[in-house]
Amino acid sequence: MAEYEAVIGLEVHLHLKTKTKAFCGCSTEFGKEPNSQTCPVCLGLPGSLPVFNRTVLDYAIKVALALNCEVQRFTKFDRKNYFYPDLPKNYQISQYDLPLSKNGFINIDTESGVKRIGITRVHIEEDAGKLIHTDDSSLVDFNRTGIPLLEIVSEPDINSPQEAHQYLVNLKNIIQYLDVSDCDMEKGSLRCDANISLRPRGEKMLGIKAELKNMNSFKGVKDALTYEIRRQAELMESRKEIIQETRLWDEKGLKTVPMRTKEGAKDYRYFPEPDLPPFIISEEKIKEIRGTIPELPHTKYTRFIQEYGLSEYDAKILVSSKEDAFFAEECFRAYGEKDKKLLVNWLIGPLLSEANSRNLNISALKITAGSLLNLLVFLERNEISNLTAKAVLTDMLDSGKSAAAIIQEKGLVQISDSNALKEIALQVISENPKSVSDYKSGKENALMFLVGQLMRKSKGKANPKVAKELLKENLDA
Amino acid sequence: MDKQLNTLTAHELIEEIKANRVSSEEIDACLRKTLKEINPKVNAYVRVEGSSSTEKPLNPQGIPVSIKDNICTEGYATECCSRILSGFAPAYSATVINKIKEKGHSFFNLKTNMDEFAFGSSTENSFFGVTHNPWNLDCVPGGSSGGSAAAVASNEAIWALGSDTGGSIRQPASFCGVVGLKPTYGRVSRYGLIAFASSLDQIGPITKDVTDSALLMNIIAGYDPNDSTSVNIEVPDYTKALTGSVKGLKVGIPKEYFVEGLDPQVDSAVKEAINTLKKLGAEFKEVSLAHTEFAVPVYYIIATAEASSNLARFDGVQYGFRSKDLNLIDMYKKTRGEGFGDEAKRRIVLGTFALSHGYYDAYYLRALKVRTLIKKDFDTLFKELDCILTPTSPTAAFKIGEKASDPLKMYLSDIYTISANLAGIPGISLPCGFTKEGLPIGLQILAKHFNEEKILSLAFAYEQNRDWKERKPVINLT
Repeated sequence: MAEYEAVIGLEVHLHLKTKTKAFCGCSTEFGKEPNSQTCPVCLGLPGSLPVFNRTVLDYAIKVALALNCEVQRFTKFDRKNYFYPDLPKNYQISQYDLPLSKNGFINIDTESGVKRIGITRVHIEEDAGKLIHTDDSSLVDFNRTGIPLLEIVSEPDINSPQEAHQYLVNLKNIIQYLDVSDCDMEKGSLRCDANISLRPRGEKMLGIKAELKNMNSFKGVKDALTYEIRRQAELMESRKEIIQETRLWDEKGLKTVPMRTKEGAKDYRYFPEPDLPPFIISEEKIKEIRGTIPELPHTKYTRFIQEYGLSEYDAKILVSSKEDAFFAEECFRAYGEKDKKLLVNWLIGPLLSEANSRNLNISALKITAGSLLNLLVFLERNEISNLTAKAVLTDMLDSGKSAAAIIQEKGLVQISDSNALKEIALQVISENPKSVSDYKSGKENALMFLVGQLMRKSKGKANPKVAKELLKENLDA
Repeated sequence: MDKQLNTLTAHELIEEIKANRVSSEEIDACLRKTLKEINPKVNAYVRVEGSSSTEKPLNPQGIPVSIKDNICTEGYATECCSRILSGFAPAYSATVINKIKEKGHSFFNLKTNMDEFAFGSSTENSFFGVTHNPWNLDCVPGGSSGGSAAAVASNEAIWALGSDTGGSIRQPASFCGVVGLKPTYGRVSRYGLIAFASSLDQIGPITKDVTDSALLMNIIAGYDPNDSTSVNIEVPDYTKALTGSVKGLKVGIPKEYFVEGLDPQVDSAVKEAINTLKKLGAEFKEVSLAHTEFAVPVYYIIATAEASSNLARFDGVQYGFRSKDLNLIDMYKKTRGEGFGDEAKRRIVLGTFALSHGYYDAYYLRALKVRTLIKKDFDTLFKELDCILTPTSPTAAFKIGEKASDPLKMYLSDIYTISANLAGIPGISLPCGFTKEGLPIGLQILAKHFNEEKILSLAFAYEQNRDWKERKPVINLT
């Protein structure tokens, strides 16, 4: 299938996590009793009118700027008309010919280097309700109706399922840094549809596309695209017709199935929303919001490498969560000028695996930068072994106690002073004549047995290296 | 004590209440008694038969305002006189209703008749049957606020609210010989007004005289955070405009409004009104509104386009009428097919067509451009003029059924009122005489945005100098 090139564009819908809905004062909280978060406006009751929640605009501008889009100075809402029972007004307030912003991009890493994926437009719209189907009827939950959505449409610049996956990961990462959406595909706060067509490599004309829906994870998007490339390639190979259609991803069957055929473009009869006057976004407003955008992941990534000498691999892991990157940087600063290798290894090693096993971010663990560094001091001074240190960390996270307290309470300080161990060493030698004679007759294993005995007598506190030296010294003497 | 309380104006009754000579309960009771006698003849109010509302006053306070059936009243049926909204009692009240209560008045809990969804100029398109003109029961009361206008004219209401999208307050006021004011777009909140055409709709007073119009404006006007198209400009005390003095007021007479199609009796009544006002010191000048001829076609594209979208929500899913069918698409089709009347269907189809792919530019977009030209015509004139004076409608009330089968003829009865909605400017209609058949003739006064005071001032001065409002219809109750 190498002779075909896939052309992919992604359409991402993102719930903005404003406290209230886009056009009324209802709460946006997830998982509440059906239809408990509704009012005449989001129920589309006759006579009700929408009022635009300005926080939505602030969040949307923030996203548009972070995605390098041009924010339009003059923008308006339009009505998208279609009948569906989850849409109480039978039109959706959306944006058509004058979207909030256009012409952005984000960069992704590919095997052949950094690639720029264009963003056609970012616009604001309202979400629809949720249909719940029972055996003999369908019910509507309007809690989701009117929740602010951003639609982020990419250019068809994506050429493989891997690139699509990377695009989504980077997009989600940026949005999370902005703190304007939960980006949770399972809760539906991030949804992604994909348009995909194939064409012979080198061909300029676009092929007939399919629109893929119903993917519930980034992996689902990747799998659906992989499947669809194979399906379309097989059709082309066998010279069968590809039809323009919407297909649903069947997660269990691992295949796409046809949903509906698009007979040309659907006529949504867009026209300007007469209930909401157009609005002008001032230069000052844009400047003000630009000022609230934090350092974004790619900038932080570069800076971590330059400023703290991190490897690309380590830096990438650390910036993949805003909170973790923030925690890491706190550690770096407190750590001073020392080489960061041990610290970084601990951050992306034991700390990250503790976080993962607890289903938390590193930053959400019961540990501060200071207390982590205190633990590492014991390691650096060889006062505890690496193994002990990991156990202490677990204890710290469970109990919230300091490393010093745990080490002291449990008497975990390693004994590296050979004078302090000498008495035990002599005792071990006198109690194990067989092993001593084995060693003397050249059996190296016997020495390891004696070290083990010493470790046992010291209750594990003896520095094994020192113990071995000490025993050897006394046996060889 | 005078038991004919229902014949008084609101400002007269307010004085009576202040002087402790009458109570709100007495006014309410008097209205209900009159209604019982007259409504079977006039049909100004709907859902009267078998309604407990006829007997039970709704905690009356102040002067009860009668409400058109497209303005939401919490807990009381609001059906836009359409089958498709049958049984719909809103869970909330319109902002104007809340304002009426805040200002110490109440609303009358029986709603007034109207053309279904305000689609019409005769009230013949009501699911509840036509309203009869109190001056001649064989004639229409105008529309779409025909119920409110007829109720005020027949003393079944003290004062009332209507809505005006293309003349629906002014034209019935003209036909029924009462005063109807369409405020500037954005002056009165539309929250709770069941939308016909959102960019044109305004709620306004229908009253027995100009003073009541000013008083009711004082109550309902003002910015509403729930309506993004309402404008945050201070509300003046409109009664202060009622000085009687019009000296030096510059008034334009648009020549395009005095052409073929204008009934000679209406023409001469309006010209006489001009003479009256001239004598009072107003200065008149012939002017031109060059794009007038396009107002009706532009209106029927924009209004129907918006209506087609606004009425999409009436689908049988959440409220109102639902036809039985298990299949969703068929349920939609049957509900809407059985729930909407002919005129509503006609306008939904027209509007859907105007917004359709491939036709949008030629119809909707072009209509928006011409709308801007119409607005500019007014803006230019109002740089030099205080008001513009025209007939309200080309004719007096026509016979029931006369135009019902010819929608185009019907649409032309709003030819003089539509431009004000397209431009967003305020306009009033007040009586300026009678035809020899005894039907009222209306005079329309327009002014620039938020200049309702100039309109009221000119209207009041005219009203004070003529005694038209003393004439009352006599309804044969046998």
